[in-house]
Amino acid sequence: MDRVPILKIGDILLVSIQVDMSDQTAVALQEDLAERIVATGCHGVIIDITALDIVDSFVGRMLSTIASISRVLDAETVVVGMRPAVAITLVELGLSLNGIRTALNVERGMELVAAGRGYDDYDEFDDGPDPAPTASP
Amino acid sequence: MTSGVDLSRPQQQTVGSDEDVVRVRQMVRTVAVAARLSLVDQTKVVTAASELARNTLVYGGGGTVEVTAVDNGRKPGIRIVFADSGPGIADVDLALTDGYTTGGGLGLGLSGARRLVDEFDILTAPGQGTRVTITKWSR
Repeated sequence: MDRVPILKIGDILLVSIQVDMSDQTAVALQEDLAERIVATGCHGVIIDITALDIVDSFVGRMLSTIASISRVLDAETVVVGMRPAVAITLVELGLSLNGIRTALNVERGMELVAAGRGYDDYDEFDDGPDPAPTASP
Repeated sequence: MTSGVDLSRPQQQTVGSDEDVVRVRQMVRTVAVAARLSLVDQTKVVTAASELARNTLVYGGGGTVEVTAVDNGRKPGIRIVFADSGPGIADVDLALTDGYTTGGGLGLGLSGARRLVDEFDILTAPGQGTRVTITKWSR
C-alpha cells in the first residue's frame, strides 16, 4: 500500500497527495496525520490536492475527518490546490466539504493558517527579517 | 490510441479490492479521453465510476466493471457497467436518496453518481445482485 508523505515546515505539516489513493491509503493518511500533529505539536495542516484529478465522496469524507481530528488536536486544516473540474464535480456530487477551509495554493494556505493563529504574517515563522509590508486590503 | 489498447473493444476489470477501484478509475479516464469528453465531463464520469466501483466492492462483495467507448451516430460517449452478484437492493428509490446509507458512508454514492452522468440505469432485486449502467456523452 502506498503511504502519503507528511512534511514538517515550521509550525505546519504539509501533505501533498501525489498518487491516486486507494481507500486504505486515505485512511492510513488520516491516522498518520493525527499522530504527527501530536508528536510535533504543529498548529497547521495543509493538504495539497493539486495532483488529484478527482475527489470522490470517500476522499471528501477523509478531508472532513482530517479537519475535525486536527481541530480537536489544536491544529487548523486548509485544503489547497483544488482543480476547477474537481470543484464543479464535488458540488454536483453533493459534497459541500463543510467545515473545511480552502485556499487556492500552498502559499495562501500558509497565510490562512498563520492568520488563524493570530500572526499577522506567516513570515514570522522564519527567523529572517520580514520583507517590506505590502498594502493590505 | 495509447499503448496498443484497442479502445473499440470493451475493457474489463474485476473489482475485488481497493486497488481495483483505483484501476477502474484509470481505465475509465483512458476511455473518456478517447471518447473526447471535456475535462469536466471526464472528471464527472471518473468520479461517478469511483463511487459505483466502491459500491460493487463494499455492498456487492466484489464484481466486474466493463467500460466501452460508444457512439450514438451523433456523438461519441462512454458506457460503464458495474455488475455484482451480491445481496441486491430491496428499495431502489430509498437507495437513491441523498444521505441514505447502510454502510456508514455519506450516502452520496448512488445518488451523486446519477447526477454526474447522462444516463443511469439500475437493475437489482433482493438476492439477485445489482447491475448499474451509466453513460456519458461528449457534448
